[in-house]
Amino acid sequence: MTTVPQRRSLPGFLIALKNIVAFLLRSPTSTFGLAVLALLILTAILAPFIATHDPYVQALGNVLQPPGADHLFGTDELGRDIFSRLVYGARITLTIIFLVSIIVGPIGLIIGTSAGYLGGKFDTVMMRITDIFLSFPSLILSLAFVAALGPSLNNAIIAIALTSWPPIARLARAEAMTFRNADYIAAARLQGASTSRIIIKSIMPMCLPSVLIRLTLNMATVILTAAGLGFLGLGAQPPMPEWGAMIATGRRYMLDSWWLVTFPGISILSVSLAFNLLGDGLRDALDPKQMNRR
Amino acid sequence: MSVSVEIRDLYIAFGSGPAAVKVLPGVSFKVKAGECFGLVGESGSGKSTVLRCISLLTDFWKGEVLIDGRSVRDLALIERCRMLQMVFQDPYGSLHPRQSVRTVLHEPLVIHGLGDREERMQRAITDVGLPVEFLDRFPHQLSGGQRQRVAIARALILEPSLLLLDEPTSALDVSVQAEILNLLQRLRDERGFTYIMVTHDLAVVDHMCDRFAVMLRGEVTEILPHEAIAVNGATHPYARELIGASLDYEGIR
Repeated sequence: MTTVPQRRSLPGFLIALKNIVAFLLRSPTSTFGLAVLALLILTAILAPFIATHDPYVQALGNVLQPPGADHLFGTDELGRDIFSRLVYGARITLTIIFLVSIIVGPIGLIIGTSAGYLGGKFDTVMMRITDIFLSFPSLILSLAFVAALGPSLNNAIIAIALTSWPPIARLARAEAMTFRNADYIAAARLQGASTSRIIIKSIMPMCLPSVLIRLTLNMATVILTAAGLGFLGLGAQPPMPEWGAMIATGRRYMLDSWWLVTFPGISILSVSLAFNLLGDGLRDALDPKQMNRR
Repeated sequence: MSVSVEIRDLYIAFGSGPAAVKVLPGVSFKVKAGECFGLVGESGSGKSTVLRCISLLTDFWKGEVLIDGRSVRDLALIERCRMLQMVFQDPYGSLHPRQSVRTVLHEPLVIHGLGDREERMQRAITDVGLPVEFLDRFPHQLSGGQRQRVAIARALILEPSLLLLDEPTSALDVSVQAEILNLLQRLRDERGFTYIMVTHDLAVVDHMCDRFAVMLRGEVTEILPHEAIAVNGATHPYARELIGASLDYEGIR
């Protein structure tokens, strides 16, 4: 009976994770999402073992080869193996997703919950800033940021993060406003909990599920924006095997060599589709009412 | 341990200008140390608002709330929390759905830097008649009565002298109501708390309270001893009517 609560919460968290995965596997669409995501992560980790060729080695005597036994998805205009480039590109995509999530999630959650809980002037100022960010088309705003900071993958990630936190902040604020007058918040105040303690310990756990769902659904947009920036030459720079950039360079040879754009296109499509389906599944899985119904 | 409470000209209005709604135009009453004082009245008569003003959950009121002769506004936050605690009406809304009982009871101990935490938590949970194993349960694993016991344990863990009870039994089943009321009664006998209890139910007042105030539109119409219920000893016409209606309803007459 003297176990510290921290040690207890870890197995609880794992059990919750297991329950969520089990729930997701019950529906075919979210199973597809989960499978594609697992495949993406595995591919990224095991890239050197899966890739058949070095993604950067050029073979100018072997350019624009159609898909075949030697080159599974063919070769590009510099004779590089497209399959290997796609495999290594999974690492870039995953980096973008990971970095954007860990920047956007906390920023949106902190701004949204504190604006929603504190209300008043702080709320007004924060929400007007959010409005300003929301009123720009995100791709155009990203373009402006990248143009100002210089084209590179890291700048593209920063630009995407800067444009994708406002919807999350809005969502967290709306959630926080529904909980701020709850009796358990009043009870926490009566126990002398500071404002930051209430936001972190009481408000944030309540907002977390919907923020997670929104973040997952956002990932599809993030991937598409990253690919768009890559396509416009403002994201990952050649010779990096970023999927959007691969389509951009393949565009010139598209009419004769369809495989240059088709395979990166399919990759982008399936990963963003997977995130959408997974987000949908998570919405059901994280909603306790739904859990009880089934 | 027990403290006296004095409320003088408590005034609060929501909104501003001519459209302002005067919820409490000027409430005054005194509660003796160790007394259980009831606040009754119809919905919207400002009973719960009085409690929220005393606990400073609502803090833009005018007037004075004195606890043992000291204004609540002069008490430091930490001191105030250890002086008064509140039990809320709805046990389904007053416990954080994602916090275990252990977390609920542990948080105040951390905030106030109190030691012997495990021991204090176990004492609080056994004091309200729950087994120690319940520390690791979550609110959705508890019944309404058990939840309200946890809410009472949460109020008790900081060892306050004044408990504000905001209809602590109205969301509960009749048999569970009796359990909770007996629990509150026992705790008062053991620890000498001062209670201020809001309720709709005059039978609860009769069972629990020494004296009670009848409120109407934010004003205290009359303060009566609990013996006045059975004989309907009220002099104010509204208080007479309220007690009479309750007696008819209970079928005592």
